Amino acid sequence: MQMSHPLPPAASVRPSLPELFSAFVVVSISGFGGALPWARRKIVEQKHWMTAEEFNEAFALSQFLPGPNVVNFSVVFGSRFGGAPGAAVALAGLMGPPLIIVTVLAFLYARFGDVEMLSRILTGIAAAATGLLMAVVAKMAAPLFRKRWDWAPLIAITAFIAVAIMQWPLPWVFAGLAPVSIALAWMKR
Amino acid sequence: MNDSPLLALFGYFALLSLFAVGGANAAIPEMHRIAVEVMHWMTERQFADSFAIAQISPGPNIIIVTLIGYHVAGLAGAAVATAAMCGPTCVLAFVVARTWDRFKEARWRIAIQSGLVPVSLGLIAASAFVLARSADHNIYAAIITAVTALVGFATRINPLWIFAIGGLMGLSGWL
Repeated sequence: MQMSHPLPPAASVRPSLPELFSAFVVVSISGFGGALPWARRKIVEQKHWMTAEEFNEAFALSQFLPGPNVVNFSVVFGSRFGGAPGAAVALAGLMGPPLIIVTVLAFLYARFGDVEMLSRILTGIAAAATGLLMAVVAKMAAPLFRKRWDWAPLIAITAFIAVAIMQWPLPWVFAGLAPVSIALAWMKR
Repeated sequence: MNDSPLLALFGYFALLSLFAVGGANAAIPEMHRIAVEVMHWMTERQFADSFAIAQISPGPNIIIVTLIGYHVAGLAGAAVATAAMCGPTCVLAFVVARTWDRFKEARWRIAIQSGLVPVSLGLIAASAFVLARSADHNIYAAIITAVTALVGFATRINPLWIFAIGGLMGLSGWL
């Protein structure tokens, strides 16, 4: 059947606007701790709306843009298939359900945040979530630091010190570091 | 300072959204700086709690801005903060998406892309540091963080399990 095709045809299936919306609703609801794996599964493996390469490129672009990656991805993806309405629909699907859920949670926290039991549970979760973020950092750092000592780790360490230790405002740090880092990447070719 | 918290929420988060290379996790230190240190909207504890709630909620982690907004100004605050954090970057994404493919092989594009990687790594590392400072207020919490970091690095276990274990340990009264 379709399995016999060596390569799935590139973007041969075009989603309609309602399909776009419901796909991103599913991605957002199932995406605990990051929606990327779910987005890939839905879009590449189940729906064949993009090939793996197309997905990687769209996602690389979303990561490079500032702001939340998955949110960018929904806009990049939605606009590719449906222009501005497509982007709006995908974004609404991605953000709508979590917004409702989190607003309810925010309301509950405002009322019951002082309850001893709840605050203990949240303390434990915050500690664990912090650890997970450290694991993400380590995974990202590994390839960068392995290459041999060049400019990239130096930039990363400078950004860390400026923001974490010096607590300088992000826009300044970014304005100072990003051009330097891009220039170094340019010269290295 | 500003008499309208909604205006301040919008201004800070709209600006932040344009500098947060690396996504929600890279934006944490700046959110913390603004919400806890500059504007005194929240305590350390409330910030750490908001991070925890955002982590256990489905959907993008950037949803933490919705929690901060709600804390500051109720439903209107939640809506304004979320729109500010997503709006500018969505417009940018929309514009760039239409032109980016044309420059796939361009040298400047490759330079920008690889030049931003170490910057966002540094920012995300700073997030972990800031969060550790507000979440790990005793040695047991720090141990949970350390063990989770090791488990998260070495295995591909579903984060929900880790959160459940962390929550249970918190409930048990150790922390």
